[in-house]
Amino acid sequence: MSVWVIADQRKGTLRKPALETLSEGRRLADQLGTSMEAVIAGHNVEGLCNEIASYGAEKVYLIDHEILANYNPPAYARAVGDLIKDKQPQIVLMGGTMTGRDLMPRIAARVGAGLAPDCIKLEIVDGKLKAIRPAIAGKVRVEIGYKSDIQMAILRPNVFERLEPDTSKTANIEKVPFEPSDLDTKQRLVEFVSKETGRPELTEAEIIVSGGRGMKAPENFALVEELADLLGAAVGASRAAVDAGWRPQSDQVGQTGKTVSPNLYIAVGISGAIQHLAGMSSSKFIVAINKDPDAPIFNVADFGVVGDLFKVVPLLTEEIKKIKAQEG
Amino acid sequence: MKVVVFCKSVPDTETRVRLKDNRLDKSEIKYILNPYDEFAVEEAVRMKEAGKVDEVVAVSMGPERAREALRSALAIGADRAILIKDDALDGSDTYVTAKVLVKALEKDGVEYGMLLFGQQAIDGDTWHVPGQVAEMLGLPQAGSIIKLEVDPDAGKAVANRLVEGGEEVHEMALPCVVTCRKGLNEPRYPSLPNIMKAKRKPVQDYSLADLGLSPEEVGRAGSFTEVLSYSLPPKKEAGRKVEGEPEEVVQELVKFLKDEIKVL
Ligand SMILES: Cc1cc2nc3c(=O)[nH]c(=O)nc-3n(C[C@H](O)[C@H](O)[C@H](O)COP(=O)(O)OP(=O)(O)OC[C@H]3O[C@@H](n4cnc5c(N)ncnc54)[C@H](O)[C@@H]3O)c2cc1C
Ligand SMILES: Nc1ncnc2c1ncn2[C@@H]1O[C@H](COP(=O)(O)O)[C@@H](O)[C@H]1O
Repeated sequence: MSVWVIADQRKGTLRKPALETLSEGRRLADQLGTSMEAVIAGHNVEGLCNEIASYGAEKVYLIDHEILANYNPPAYARAVGDLIKDKQPQIVLMGGTMTGRDLMPRIAARVGAGLAPDCIKLEIVDGKLKAIRPAIAGKVRVEIGYKSDIQMAILRPNVFERLEPDTSKTANIEKVPFEPSDLDTKQRLVEFVSKETGRPELTEAEIIVSGGRGMKAPENFALVEELADLLGAAVGASRAAVDAGWRPQSDQVGQTGKTVSPNLYIAVGISGAIQHLAGMSSSKFIVAINKDPDAPIFNVADFGVVGDLFKVVPLLTEEIKKIKAQEG
Repeated sequence: MKVVVFCKSVPDTETRVRLKDNRLDKSEIKYILNPYDEFAVEEAVRMKEAGKVDEVVAVSMGPERAREALRSALAIGADRAILIKDDALDGSDTYVTAKVLVKALEKDGVEYGMLLFGQQAIDGDTWHVPGQVAEMLGLPQAGSIIKLEVDPDAGKAVANRLVEGGEEVHEMALPCVVTCRKGLNEPRYPSLPNIMKAKRKPVQDYSLADLGLSPEEVGRAGSFTEVLSYSLPPKKEAGRKVEGEPEEVVQELVKFLKDEIKVL
């Protein structure tokens, strides 16, 4: 009856949401007085097991096979799902990466277990998991209870606290044999088209600077990018900026874009339509720069600047540069 | 090749949410076809227009109002629709929903080459149902796609998933499952003649009994999860709003960033 975490890796690196999920798994296991164990599927990923152990996993199930080298939904679901059926952990968690959100429903269907997505808080009540999550574009908050013996949840990235790893720990590894089925060979990742910008991923970023229609033209996003790079931030956009062709689809924040929960979200020239707020209102701090004092974004902003972004943003960038220079 | 598109009726994106007795107050909600499902219907209809698909079937599980969502799909260009409607289905979680949708496909007998879903329904925002259906049927699956190329003669599809830092390109044997999102296409506004034509397209109704399911297997009774309570998210306290000379407001903003939230 332990707590399990499916440790998400890509190209041999553990994803940041996986570390947050391991930390939360440890916390829940302590509360239940049980063990925390992890599963990792992939190829040549044994080297990650010690890092997993450093976040408190007492055991790591390692499923290593060539066909698992890249994400393969049927193969991953069968590999991990059948292990869950065999070992019957009480709780199974995974971080809400694009892999986690895609894979967990398949595993839940295979195992026959309840699943709650996009959780922002987990509790143990009467020995069972209770999941708390936003729904209807963040307009309500719901509590999910489980009737299945196995209780599964996907954790929203950037919300759960990451523990300090204890690097003195080494993993207790159990290797799990795996043979591909016919179905597993019916799907194959043939290519990864990298669109790396050198900036953090939106869903994992501590700080995001987003631009909207107020930016007026694609070249003006240089202002947003310069500020973002100074802060080590990701760059986001409103739907209006994406639909105008100024920014790629992957930058869009909101109901039909990405849901983000950074420590700081800076909205530049964004009005704050309900569909935009749906994707960013759970940010810890929100700063808005907008020339319209009645823009709805000010209703959610912790700090609002009413002013012309073309004056405010360059000045802000200059000031931050000065501070960074002083710090050396 | 025939394809099936799954359509959910959801509250309009502008809807203000009210609670009554710890449940959603549905009395003043306006319902629409889930925006993510529009991308799926549009993609299916484009495949038909390109001569790759000869029938597009729209399927929805939901109360009577779901018929409207199906009409929207038919107006975009789906050929026929299936509505699964039964009072006992109220309170079904995503696992039960997937189970019921699979039963409806069996009952209809449609020989599909592809199942198209929206990435997520914007009410529950779960992203669950497509993967659950794919697993129950033993099919390959590409979620959150922004590009799709299908070759029915070769029996395969190539789909680009939008993921962190780039795109995963997956090749799948047909039949397969895809989930659609913004970036895949630009859904059309149905023309008036097509809206009129949609009213005459066939919609098949199924009850639970038609699908050979009992009330205990569905709804709250058959579900693994249940919503224990609804609440409104904590209200944010109104923040500060500063106006004035850019030099001055920027000084205040810097102070906020540096001293109050300590990001500098
Ligand atoms: C089904 C559906 C889904 C949607 N999904 C999303 C989504 O995922 N994400 C999303 O963002 N939107 C979404 N939308 C669109 C949303 O309704 C808004 O249209 C969009 O967010 C507006 O973008 P914007 O704020 O950049 O543009 P606008 O609303 O035009 O706002 C521009 C703002 O810039 C300010 N401004 C202009 N010039 C300056 C200047 N020089 N200095 C300072 N401020 C300036 C203006 O005062 C204004 O407030 C969706 C809509 C629908 C119907
Ligand atoms: N009741 C339903 N009827 C038909 N399709 C559904 C239903 N619920 C979910 N779907 C499909 O599954 C997708 C994902 O929904 P969800 O898992 O609820 O976020 C939707 O975009 C639809 O394509």
